[in-house]
Amino acid sequence: MGEKTHYDVIVIGGGVVGTAVLRTLSRYQLKAALLEKHAEVGWGATKANSGIVHAGFHNKPGSWMAKLCVAGNQMYDQLCDELDVPFLRNGLMMVARTQEEEEILQQFYQQGLANGVPGMEILDGDAARRLEPNLAEEITLVLRASTGGIVAPFELAAAMAENAAANGADVYTEVEVAGISHGDDGFTITSKDGGTWKATYIVNSAGLFSDDLARMCGLDVPSLIPRKGEEYILDQRVGNLVRHTIFPVPTPKSKGILVIPTAEGNLMIGPTALEMPYKDELSTTAEGLDEILSFTQRLVPKISRRDIIASFAGIRSGSPTGDFIFETSHEGKAVHLLGIESPGLTAAPAIAEHAAEMLAEGGLSLIEKPDFNPRRPKVIRFKQLSDEEKEEVIKENPLYAHVVCRCETITEGEIVDAVRRGARTVDGVKFRTRAGMGRCQGGFCTPYVVKILARELGVSPLEITKRGKGSELLTAEAKSFLKGGETNA
Amino acid sequence: MLNTHYTDVAIIGGGPAGLAAALAARRAGAEHVTVLERNHELGGILQQCIHNGFGLHRFKEELTGPEYAYRFIPQVEADPKIHVYLNTMVLSLSPEKEMTAVHPVHGLINLKAKSVILAMGCRERTRGALSIPGTRPAGVYTAGTAQRFVNMDGFMPGKRVVILGSGDIGLIMARRFTMEGAKVEAVVEIMPYPAGLARNIAQCLEDFDIPLYLNSTVTKIHGKDRVEGVTISQVDDNWCPIPGTERYIPCDTLLLSVGLIPENELSQEAEVPLDPRTGGPIVDESRETLVSGIFACGNVLHVHDLVDYVSEEAEIAGEAAARYALKQTADGVVNGKNGMGGQFTIKPGDGIRYVLPQRVTQGAEVDLYMRVTQPMDAITLSLSGVTLARKRQVRPSEMLKIKLKAQHWDSLLEDGKAQGRELCLAAEPRL
Ligand SMILES: Cc1cc2nc3c(=O)[nH]c(=O)nc-3n(C[C@H](O)[C@H](O)[C@H](O)COP(=O)(O)OP(=O)(O)OC[C@H]3O[C@@H](n4cnc5c(N)ncnc54)[C@H](O)[C@@H]3O)c2cc1C
Ligand SMILES: Cc1cc2nc3c(=O)[nH]c(=O)nc-3n(C[C@H](O)[C@H](O)[C@H](O)COP(=O)(O)OP(=O)(O)OC[C@H]3O[C@@H](n4cnc5c(N)ncnc54)[C@H](O)[C@@H]3O)c2cc1C
Repeated sequence: MGEKTHYDVIVIGGGVVGTAVLRTLSRYQLKAALLEKHAEVGWGATKANSGIVHAGFHNKPGSWMAKLCVAGNQMYDQLCDELDVPFLRNGLMMVARTQEEEEILQQFYQQGLANGVPGMEILDGDAARRLEPNLAEEITLVLRASTGGIVAPFELAAAMAENAAANGADVYTEVEVAGISHGDDGFTITSKDGGTWKATYIVNSAGLFSDDLARMCGLDVPSLIPRKGEEYILDQRVGNLVRHTIFPVPTPKSKGILVIPTAEGNLMIGPTALEMPYKDELSTTAEGLDEILSFTQRLVPKISRRDIIASFAGIRSGSPTGDFIFETSHEGKAVHLLGIESPGLTAAPAIAEHAAEMLAEGGLSLIEKPDFNPRRPKVIRFKQLSDEEKEEVIKENPLYAHVVCRCETITEGEIVDAVRRGARTVDGVKFRTRAGMGRCQGGFCTPYVVKILARELGVSPLEITKRGKGSELLTAEAKSFLKGGETNA
Repeated sequence: MLNTHYTDVAIIGGGPAGLAAALAARRAGAEHVTVLERNHELGGILQQCIHNGFGLHRFKEELTGPEYAYRFIPQVEADPKIHVYLNTMVLSLSPEKEMTAVHPVHGLINLKAKSVILAMGCRERTRGALSIPGTRPAGVYTAGTAQRFVNMDGFMPGKRVVILGSGDIGLIMARRFTMEGAKVEAVVEIMPYPAGLARNIAQCLEDFDIPLYLNSTVTKIHGKDRVEGVTISQVDDNWCPIPGTERYIPCDTLLLSVGLIPENELSQEAEVPLDPRTGGPIVDESRETLVSGIFACGNVLHVHDLVDYVSEEAEIAGEAAARYALKQTADGVVNGKNGMGGQFTIKPGDGIRYVLPQRVTQGAEVDLYMRVTQPMDAITLSLSGVTLARKRQVRPSEMLKIKLKAQHWDSLLEDGKAQGRELCLAAEPRL
């Protein structure tokens, strides 16, 4: 059906950048669509990052990164309030342990001032430990930025897509763009499985693959540098070890290995930074874990291997210039967003505004819709409700009394709601609701989640996947291998 | 605010522990017993264990899990003074023995009890806690989840399986998968000896020619969307993989059977101190925890391999919880201690992983339950130098039960061996 529509704008790639662009476009009187190759939006770098809303002192003055990071940071309160996405300004600290590090830290402070970062202060080690008693004794100087925050990045992307759709945009998943051509009737986009799509304007926000798409549009862009980052999540029991996000003094390649409270109350440690020959190598390694532990224990000694409950890896689309790269082709009718590495999550809302301006420069007319609704229906998070509110929601819908994920106290009502909002897979449910994210990591609830998904989507449990085609959870009906065989095991 | 309901004995969990505790509490005179179970049926984990092998000690018969449960469920249901709430999950518990639970029709329930029995069972250890390097494809399940898929939902989670860990559930599932026509390629165990019962090694692996690799572990998971294989390696004495011993096994499923952890979130909320060795509460011989009036039994207390012992332990807890409730006056004050003080502490010594109960009252004749640290032959089990028993062969997978008798107390007290009120249980090689 969507393939017959001629869209004003098609956004390719549904990470936090693409979904932010889509939502921005849905404010205007135009027809926009998003094409995402995975089964759900947000499964690229967006799902697998540190979730930090950076303050903006890490980047060189005058760079796009500096400008859009500071601007994006300031948009977060309103954005997350409108979309009901967990976001907290917990503040961040960069910590120095040596004379040399202290000097570098001071340079970052100056850089922050030049970038217009509000709310920064320099503290000595003792003053910092009064705020964060678990910081290592060896830490002597701290740069604290109160505007630093943490967000649930996947939820943000999913919420932006949902809100854009509610405002008339179309979201297509499992569409991998394989070709882009341009003629009198605008762009023709072909997907890997043969579908075609038409649009007058396109936005390339394909993350790590945006260089490939830019080349399809005839641009001669340098290749992005895949750089893997492993992260490890600790049990909620130790979620309170620190309140601020703790940064070391960075190296030229990365911001270093951090201790990060998450928006959901866990603690996360990571990421590593390893350049990769491929774009899809997402394994975690024993070396990565050892490096992270030895590094973060120097910042917060109480961190322990024992408390790790989960791990993941994400790939940064390392920019060959060290800055975000914005290009156009086809006389401004195609906008390419490349090299959106950290602080890409932070900058995403500001990148989206910038992309809309670039489209306008290419001739797209942006007229505000009078009936744009910036709000997404509130998500019921059962665990966080008061007793009275719990009574209320159960009365309205008894599915909220059925606790499916016992580690995180996630109810069937929340899972059904997630499916109605667009979850199609076990991972989609997990990232939206946190069912399966707790200390037993889905050991208990997976069979129930599979059942609920199958019921709500009206398909057989055999069709339910972990994260799209090829990742089916079940392989056959039991007893189907041995017809009428002995099964008294 | 919510209405508060009152009961004499509240039991959290309706598995074999909860069921036996409820019946014992009634036999001991409790007039109002409440069982709270989050599942839609009673029986706990037994409902998904459709294999034989339950009840040999207690009923001298080989029952399936559900059959064992049905030796208790009808009696519980028939007793008008046992109030069973199904589909009811307890969300919080305070040291004052007040709890909140959710129910689809009754909504939020506030319940205050004179005594509480913790019978929440345990959960499986998962991969994250082990952080096996590699990708995170579909096809990695705990053995219990796989069991649920196959036995309760009727679906096979895979066709070619490697099992990490030789715990009993994994062994049982090796057999189940094989009988369903799937191929179990290997069971991989990091220790030099299996974690599961000897009878399960024989009946579930050897009878089906499934190889068991000891001193080995899974060092990498391969596959992008679905598991495509695992790398296994041998380990050295410090459990570190030995380079050069890697071997790739193609498979589409990795089952984890790497142990169980007592489910003590609620206990911790109620400030019940836990024993790091068992992962469950510290208790005395009546199974009372260090929080007065809160008792514990079954897998929440320590992981059992035989359900028969669970029932036995639950009866002790049920009876004591009833006695505690009966002694309580209307204003909530207990008239004197139960007669169970737990004045002595028992610590595990050489060769002993844990011993339960951790507290005993002077002179009490009690059964001590324990696990050893490694397989041993010809040992003497002694308590602070007093010999309790001799065993020909012991293994960590098999829980030992030994009676502490009056004569043992006599020697302990006479010889002044029990000084400091701390006793030490040790397993020593016999000379
Ligand atoms: C380990 C790590 C930690 C990080 N930490 C932070 C942090 O704390 N704070 C911060 O601000 N930033 C952080 N970043 C950076 C941040 O995650 C990224 O900048 C941001 O997620 C980029 O979003 P994106 O939408 O450009 O990319 P992605 O999320 O990768 O989205 C691109 C999308 O395009 C889709 N796609 C690709 N090719 C095609 C195609 N041919 N057809 C259709 N769809 C296609 C992909 O499937 C994907 O969904 C971190 C990154 C990593 C890897
Ligand atoms: C796969 C498997 C195979 C086994 N094989 C054998 C065998 O062959 N022979 C043998 O003798 N033993 C066997 N056992 C051991 C035996 O089944 C267990 O030891 C026994 O079931 C433990 O009983 P329990 O009541 O402590 O725990 P469970 O059976 O786990 O029951 C706990 C109950 O508490 C409920 N619950 C937990 N938290 C809450 C809450 N917050 N609110 C309300 N309800 C709650 C749970 O839903 C559950 O019903 C096996 C165990 C397993 C898992």
